Order: sequence, then structure tokens, then C-alpha cells
Amino acid sequence: MPLLVRIALLWLVGMVLVAIFAPLISPFVYTAPNLRNRLVPPGTLPHILGTDELGRDVLSRLLISIRISLLIAFGASIISAVLGTTLGFLAAYFRGLVEQIVLMLADFQASMPFLILALSVLAFFGNSLALLIGLMGLFGWERYARISRGLAISASAQGYASACRQLGASPVRVYLRHILPNIASTLIVSMTLVFPEVILLESGLSFLGLGVQPPMTSLGNMVGYGREYITRAPWIMLSPALTIVFTTLAVSVLGDWLRDKLDPTLR
Amino acid sequence: MSAALLTAKDLSRTYGSRRGLFGVITKVRAVNRVSFSIAAGETLGIVGESGSGKSTMGRMALGLEPPDEGEVRFIGQPIPASGTPAWRTQRARMQMIYQDPLGALDRRLPVTAQVQEPLDIHQLGDSANRPQRAQEMLARVGLSVEQMGRYPHELSGGQRQRVVLARALMTRPDFLVCDEPVSALDVSIQAQVVNLLVELQAEFGLAMLFISHDLRVVRQVSNRVAVMYLGDFVEEGDADDLFAEPLHPYTRALVSAAPVTQRMPGHQRLVLKGEPPNPANRPGGCSFHPRCPFAVERCRAETPALVSVDQGSGRRVACHLIEPSASTLRKAA
Repeated sequence: MPLLVRIALLWLVGMVLVAIFAPLISPFVYTAPNLRNRLVPPGTLPHILGTDELGRDVLSRLLISIRISLLIAFGASIISAVLGTTLGFLAAYFRGLVEQIVLMLADFQASMPFLILALSVLAFFGNSLALLIGLMGLFGWERYARISRGLAISASAQGYASACRQLGASPVRVYLRHILPNIASTLIVSMTLVFPEVILLESGLSFLGLGVQPPMTSLGNMVGYGREYITRAPWIMLSPALTIVFTTLAVSVLGDWLRDKLDPTLR
Repeated sequence: MSAALLTAKDLSRTYGSRRGLFGVITKVRAVNRVSFSIAAGETLGIVGESGSGKSTMGRMALGLEPPDEGEVRFIGQPIPASGTPAWRTQRARMQMIYQDPLGALDRRLPVTAQVQEPLDIHQLGDSANRPQRAQEMLARVGLSVEQMGRYPHELSGGQRQRVVLARALMTRPDFLVCDEPVSALDVSIQAQVVNLLVELQAEFGLAMLFISHDLRVVRQVSNRVAVMYLGDFVEEGDADDLFAEPLHPYTRALVSAAPVTQRMPGHQRLVLKGEPPNPANRPGGCSFHPRCPFAVERCRAETPALVSVDQGSGRRVACHLIEPSASTLRKAA
């Protein structure tokens, strides 16, 4: 395993651990203001990463933000992967009208800027974490749908799927037990491509004030509110911004490595 | 003929193919009104060149593809439509061996799991016993114990074909379609696999439809042989008779082209002229007439029917030049 991949993996494991244990390891309550200690620069104990404009501990807020952002990114990635793969398989199995409808929806999704869609949904339906995760789950499904449809069609034209069909296997068995494991490597790789985009999208929405609502916080949310103090207290937005950069980079590096690793022709 | 296991009557299958984006759809008649029947335990060999409709016929015999005309009956009952629960249940009784064993196996599962799969699908036997039954079958087809846990790509071509054979036989089927089962294998391996197939056929009482372009293999395996040309049966008969004394000019050309160790004195190689046939552009009359060295005026105008020439052996030939009596067999020469 190359050094870069090791570092990326280590970073991601660290992020997941932080996300799980965030409330336990954060030194302060992330919402507790302390107006006497406003805008304390990093390195001043006990505030390692300093405090923000209300005197809240930046490190504690960062840990909770990582938790929320990862929850949204993982939740959304899984929803969109399941949704997209299911629709792709349905299209590949039924062909005809079902396939046309799925492809039309995929084209619609691809041609519509997702941010506009997200803005309108959030504007009409208000905001909650569950809605946000569900909405983000609609992001990127068309890629899984296209990939899984194409691969499933070519797999069923290949021997092993039609051989299984001839053995008397039901379509569910053929698709889930044989085709899915065979195309999983491609889907996992495209998942690692969608994952950073979901983090960035969530950050963008929060930055615009439509994502995670205060007092809850997320990485994008921190960057958005820290923007106003960028000249006086850059640390408020720098640490979440760096976290976003490193996490997305780590996922991309890992995805790149996985693609080479999972492709049997490159082994 | 004794009670037939599988009968096919007037099977036809036509594909549409389009040349270019706005091209006209041309009809390709892959199989043209073919009838045959196979008794239990019997092997019908099908020979013919590429594009003669052999594989399409095999797929129709299994009900994988619906015939456009005609009907296939298995033990007197029509085969249910492909994909229906009744059709899936019937798969336990009719199986298929493929040309490319690596393609027919899932490369992400160990071979024992794949051989066990037919039992899982059809819920046969005790689930705890299934791995053992799969291993017994793998041992029967000649795989060693350490090879059973391997993945398909870790086995050789011959071993893979043995695995495919074991998987097909797990449900103890009555009928097996072998679509070019040995043509992807080395010649030395071919003989082993063919011998195994013949052994297992006797042991399990299988009826087989054996599709191949290799005359030697077909002759070794088959009781009866049918020769296909452009979707038609041009000749059908007992395997030994047909190879010993081919009647149809196309069969004679095929048989004379097969390599033999010692040519009989006076053996004449019959070399065909012209291009291999294009199924999209069928000649009128007898479809073989443009390449037939003996073609007469009648062959261009009239399509010969497949008629019995010898009631005793069930020999059937589709040629104007062959009269339905044994005395005139050699007339065409």
C-alpha cells in the first residue's frame, strides 16, 4: 500500500472515530457561549483552536461539525448508491418503457443544477437533518443508475448471468448474488467520487444558510459563519475548511487506489 | 422411434438486423422450419458452419428463446415461456453446457459454491448436505479436493469445463444441450472432456443435443447426426451411416474435408466454391445451390424438402438429386 494511501486511510479512520466519539472528546459544550473569551486566537489554553465570535470553543465545534457532515455525507452516499443501483438494475432487467423512464429521469437530474433543486426543496419544505440527508441522497444517483444499468446489461449478455438464468435462478438471485458482486468494484469507486461532492454540496448549502441550521453546526456552516471574521479571526473558518479539503482528498486518493486494486485486469 | 423426450416441430426463428442508422431492417432467418426429436438417453449431433443456426436451435430447444413458428415439447408438454416460474422449475430437468466455461462461471465465487447453486435454487435436498453433494459431483468429474475451493480463473480450461458439467448435472437433468462444449479447449483436453461426457451420459441416462462444427467429436458422441446449412437441416441420419456414406453434396464436402490418417484409394476431396453463405441474403431454391458442384436448373427454382430416403435407418435428405431409394444413392456423383 503506497504511503499516500496509508495516510489517507489513517485520516479517514480518524475522522470516523471523531464522528463517533465527538460528544465524549470535545473539551467544551459546542453551543456554550463565553462572551469574555471572544475571538481568542489558537494556541491559547484551554482553547487549543481558539474561540469564535461568541466565545464558543472552535475545537469542540469542529468535532461536532465533522460528526454532522460525515453523517450527511455517508447517509446521502448510501441512499444515492442504493437508489441509483436499484433503478439501474430495474432498467436493465425490464428494458423498454421502464428503461426509458429511468434514463429520462437520469438525464433530467444530470441537466438540472442540483444546488437549484436543493434550494427550492429546502425553501418549500423547511429544514431538518433527515430531510437534508434525504435530499442529498438524490444527489448523484443518476451516475450509479447509468453505471449499474450498463454493466448489468453487459453482464447479462455475458455467460455467467445467462448461465445462472438457465440454472433456473430467479432474477433477484441473478442480480443480487451474481451481477452485483461482479460490478461492486465499479460502484464502490464511483461512490468515492460522489462522497467528496456531497461534503462540498452540504458545505455549499450550509454556507448559503440553507443547510444545517444553527445552533447545530457542520463544516460548511462553520465556514459560512466564519467568513465574516476572515480578516480578524481566520482560524474560525480555516480549521473546518482544511478538514473539508483533507477529507475529500483522502477519499479521492483512496478511491483511486481502490479502482486499481479492484480491477482484476490490472492486478 | 420410441417415446421421444423432446420433440421440435417446424421451428423457425427470424432476427431483424439493421445496416447503419437509417438502414432498412433485413430479416435474417436463422432457423428455418426445422423438426427433430430426441429419445431419452439418445444424442443428436448438430453440425454446420458458423451462422448456420446451430446455437439458435439449441437455445430454442431449451426454451431460452421463443420460436417464431413451431413448437418444442418436452415429455409431451410444451415448454413454458422463458422466465416464468414454471420454466424456471423445469430448468432442473434440462441444462446447458457452454462453449466458454470461464464466461459461464462467476469469477467471484469458488467453484464448489457454484456447483452447489442449482440445489439452492431448486431447494433440493437438505441444505446442510449440499456442499458435500457438490464436492461428490466435482470429484466425479475429476477435480481434486484442493481444486474445489478455487476460483474459476485459477483452474485450467479443461477443469473449468468439468466444473460447468458438474453444475449442470447437480439436479440430475434428463436433457442436456452442449453448445460447442470442447471447441475452446486444447485438442488433448478435448478428448478427455468428450470421454467424460460420454461416460456421464451413460451413467445419468442423459439425452443430449450436441452442437459442434468438429466432425470427429460429433461422430464420437452422437447416435444420430443432423447437418445444418443456412438454418435448414440438409441431412439427418444415423451417425455412422451418415459419416460413412454422406448423401447431400454439402455433407459430402464436409466429410471429405475432415482430416483422416489414411485416405482410402480413390478418395476425392470435394472442395466447395464460392463464398460462405450470408443468412441475410438467402439464395432462392435450394439454399446450397450457388456452391453446389452438382446443381441443376431445378435447384435454383425449387426448394427441396427434407424427405426420408431409407425408412429403416430414418435417414432424411433435402436434395433434388437424391432419389428416395437406396439404389440411386450415388447418382449425383
